[in-house]
Order: sequence, then structure tokens, then C-alpha cells
Amino acid sequence: MPTTELTPDLAPDTTVAGLDKLETFSSPTASRASRFYSVLWPKLSAVVLALVLWQIVVWLGWKPTYVLPGPATVFSELRALVVNGSFWHSVGITMRRATLGFAIALVIGSVIGAVVSQSSIVRRAFGSFITGLQTMPSIVWFPFAILLFKLTESAILFVVVLGAAPAIANGLIFGVDHVPPLLVRAGRVLGARGFTLFRSVILPAALPSYVSGLKQGWAFAWRSLMAGELLVIVGNTSSLGVRLDFARTMSDAPLLLAYMIVILIIGLCVDAVFGAIDRRVRRTRGLGS
Amino acid sequence: MIMAAAPIPTRIPSGSPITIDHLSRTFTTGSTSVAAISDMHLQIAPGEFVCIVGASGCGKTTLLNIIAGLDHPTSGSIDTGSGVVSLMFQEGALFPWLSARENVELGLRLAGMKGRADRRERAMELLGLVQLTDAAERHPHELSGGMRQRVSLARALAQDASVLLMDEPFGALDAMTRDVLHDELERIWFETGVTIMFVTHNVREAARLGDRILVLASRPGRVIAEYPVDLDRPRRIESPEVSALAAEVTDCLRKEVRRHAND
Repeated sequence: MPTTELTPDLAPDTTVAGLDKLETFSSPTASRASRFYSVLWPKLSAVVLALVLWQIVVWLGWKPTYVLPGPATVFSELRALVVNGSFWHSVGITMRRATLGFAIALVIGSVIGAVVSQSSIVRRAFGSFITGLQTMPSIVWFPFAILLFKLTESAILFVVVLGAAPAIANGLIFGVDHVPPLLVRAGRVLGARGFTLFRSVILPAALPSYVSGLKQGWAFAWRSLMAGELLVIVGNTSSLGVRLDFARTMSDAPLLLAYMIVILIIGLCVDAVFGAIDRRVRRTRGLGS
Repeated sequence: MIMAAAPIPTRIPSGSPITIDHLSRTFTTGSTSVAAISDMHLQIAPGEFVCIVGASGCGKTTLLNIIAGLDHPTSGSIDTGSGVVSLMFQEGALFPWLSARENVELGLRLAGMKGRADRRERAMELLGLVQLTDAAERHPHELSGGMRQRVSLARALAQDASVLLMDEPFGALDAMTRDVLHDELERIWFETGVTIMFVTHNVREAARLGDRILVLASRPGRVIAEYPVDLDRPRRIESPEVSALAAEVTDCLRKEVRRHAND
């Protein structure tokens, strides 16, 4: 039988507190400004380098300047663009499509990912199919999309969703597959079963991969959208793609390049948002830096 | 501390008894089958602290899984009363996306406790019990190994378990931290009255903590020896009495391991 008496000197002493203090210390964190600087300067140098190379190619006279204008010309064109209200209207149209397409892909991809990751039969049936879809260049879908939806925004959204959803689904499936079995066991010991186990343990554990999937899904969505806006010209809308195509028709090289820079910057900005979410998720879990 | 002020505290063993009868577990893959546990008998009193030692292949993980309800016996029966059985792992198995407090709160929520504010208050109480009030908002990667195991213990206690199974919980810790945690665990065991089944490879640890030490044979797992520990608490792991008992148990274990040399 268990001993029923315990002498008082078993009361918690300060050794515990001392050990805790010694074993955990927080390393000094750099100030926000210096961190910002250390992230920013390599990026800025890369941009400067690219501009210099561009200018050198122009100076070498490889192509006439009405085909390949220098950075100065393009940026003055860009400056004129951003003060123009109709330019922002175009950005609005394109961003609305991007957001809508990505949102639909998010829902569809997440549901498919959740179902496939939890059912081995569904996985055997559709697992490789999803990966196959992901490797397929989305532009291949456009002729079919145009047949189905005519020259409408639905055709564009259809391809955007097809491009992004498989990446999102695969991110979730990969994440669920790599949840440490120990955590699942711990969740079961705590009494979680079925959907509760999925929601409270498996899904949060899979979050880093899921976020990577979202990031990749965004890249696919943005690419498909740009291809769509060039191919599927919907009447009376002047999206960024339409304007880009218009600049080509007019042989306005500075304007064309200015639009390309806009498209690049939007893509980078959204990617940076996903990057920030990704870093935050990882930092909470002590993954990476 | 309250305990120091009280004359001599009396422990109320409120945990469940464990009765294991003719328990066997065989794993079958294709045409080969391996007996992990064979015809095991075990009787553990309410609130008893039982330590289990055994070499590799003694079926300890299988045994703990069955008692925790994660696996089922091939034959025989097991009874852990009506209370909750909790299991604490060697690696702690804390959820890395939750802070120490949130880990304990999740344990409370899954145990069916209603009310966010109530859960929060209870979680802080439990963290206080393992002396981690100050570290409540830290995430597992910001805690030391010993602190993680204490959070894990608080989370297990959140289930209000009547049986606490521990699978080499201090195996990965340094000797000093382990010493301190032995004191902590003994204090908590004393205060809660829970039944503890503690699996370890460390025979001294078993002699330091247990009311009783059970030695398991390997392949298949079964109980081959039993040592009651008639030493007053608190014990010191380096005391001659604990060492003497540990030596005795080690001899028994060594004989069992040698038996397998000629297999």
C-alpha cells in the first residue's frame, strides 16, 4: 500500500525555479529598424543590379529604343500611369478577379484536401489525379473554358480555380501526412476522436504546409489570371491584361514594360503577405528562424 | 507552503485500482504473429505508485496503450474502474502551436470542461501545481526539457485522471532536473491521490519513486518479479537503501536479458 505520510521538507523548493531560469534564456532580439535594414538592403541591391544590366543592354544598342526602352523612359511612363484614375480601375478589376478566384480555390482545395487526407480510398482514387492537375499548364484549359463559358469572366475564373485548388489541396494533404504520430496519439489520449481530433490536433499541426500550399496556390492563380486576361478579352472591361495587350497592339514599348512591372510588383506584394503569415506560423512553433 | 504548515498531511488515495487478468496481446502480420504480452496478471491498489522496469521487447508500450484504451487485448481482461486514464509520453508530446497554458486548456476542453474563463483559471491552477505560472504564455520550444515535461504533467492532470500512466517521462532529462522532477512528481502524487503506473529503464528511479517495482520479461512481456519498496518517503536516489534495492532489481533484470543470449 502507498505510504500515507510525507515529511514537510518535500514541499517545492527554489531549485525548480533556479533550474528553469538557467535552462531558458531569451537571446537578445535585434531592433525592428536594424532587422528591416538587414532584410531590405540585399533586395534593393538586386533591384539596382537588374536596372543597371537593363540600362547596359539598352546602351549597347542591341535593339532600337522604341522596342527596348531604357528604365528611365519606362519609369516615367509608370509615374504617369499611377496618377491616372482609370489605371487604378483596371488594377481593381484584376485584383477582384484574383481575390474571387483564389477564394473559390481556397474553399474547394481545402475541402478536397481534407477529404483526401482522411480517406485512404479517396486518396487511392484521386491522389495522383490532383498532382496531375497541378503539373498541367493552366493555359491548356483555356480553349475548353472558352467553349464552356464563352468569352466571359467565368472562363477566366474557371481556369484560375483549376490552377490554384490542386496546389492548396496538396499542401493540406502533405501537411496532414507529416503530422507527427506522437501528437495524434497525445490527442487521442486526451480524448479527441473523429472530427474533434482533426480540428484540434491534425489541422493545426498541418498548418505550416497548408500555408505553403496557399502561397503556391496564389502563384498559380496569378499566372492563370494573367494568361486568362490576355486570351479571354471580356467586352467593356479593361483589366491589366487587356491594357497590356493594348500596349502591344499600339507598339507602345514603354507602356507595355510599365504594365509588366505593375504585374510583377502586385505578384511580389501578395507573395510577401503569404511569406509574412508563413514566418509567423513557423516562429510560433519554433521552426526555422 | 500549506504542506509545511500542516502537522502531518495524510494522503487520501483517490485513484482507481487496476486489475489485469490473463492479458495477452498478439500482433499478426500475414502468416507471422508476435506475442507482445502473454498471460499477464497485475493487481494495482487505488492510489498506488507502481514502477515497471524491463528490457527492450517487454511490451511496455503495448501494455500502456491497452490500459489507456488506445489498443485492445487479444485475450484476457483489464479493469481500470470508472475514472479517466491519462498517459504521459517520454517526449512530452505538447502541441507546439499552443502556449503552455493553451496546451493545458485544450486538455480541459477535451475532457469536457465548459466555459473559457473557467478553463483558463483551472489551467493556471494546474500550472501553479507544477510551478510554471511564470511560463504560462511560452510556447513549447521556449521551454527547457524539464519544463515541457511539467507542462505535459499539468495537461495530464487536467483530465482529472484517476490513473496516470507514465512512459519513461524523465528518460531524456539530465540527472539534476530528473532529481527535482522526482520530488515534484512525488508531491503531486501525494496531493492528488492518483494511481501511477510509471515505466522506466532506470532502476534507481524506480526504487526512488515506487511503492512497488515490477520486473517484466521480454518477448513476450509478462511479470517475472515483484519488489515491494519498504523505504520511507521522501527518499534520495543516492541513498544506500535505494542503491541496494536498485542493485537487487538490476541483477534480476540482467538474468532475464542473459536468458535471451542463447535464443
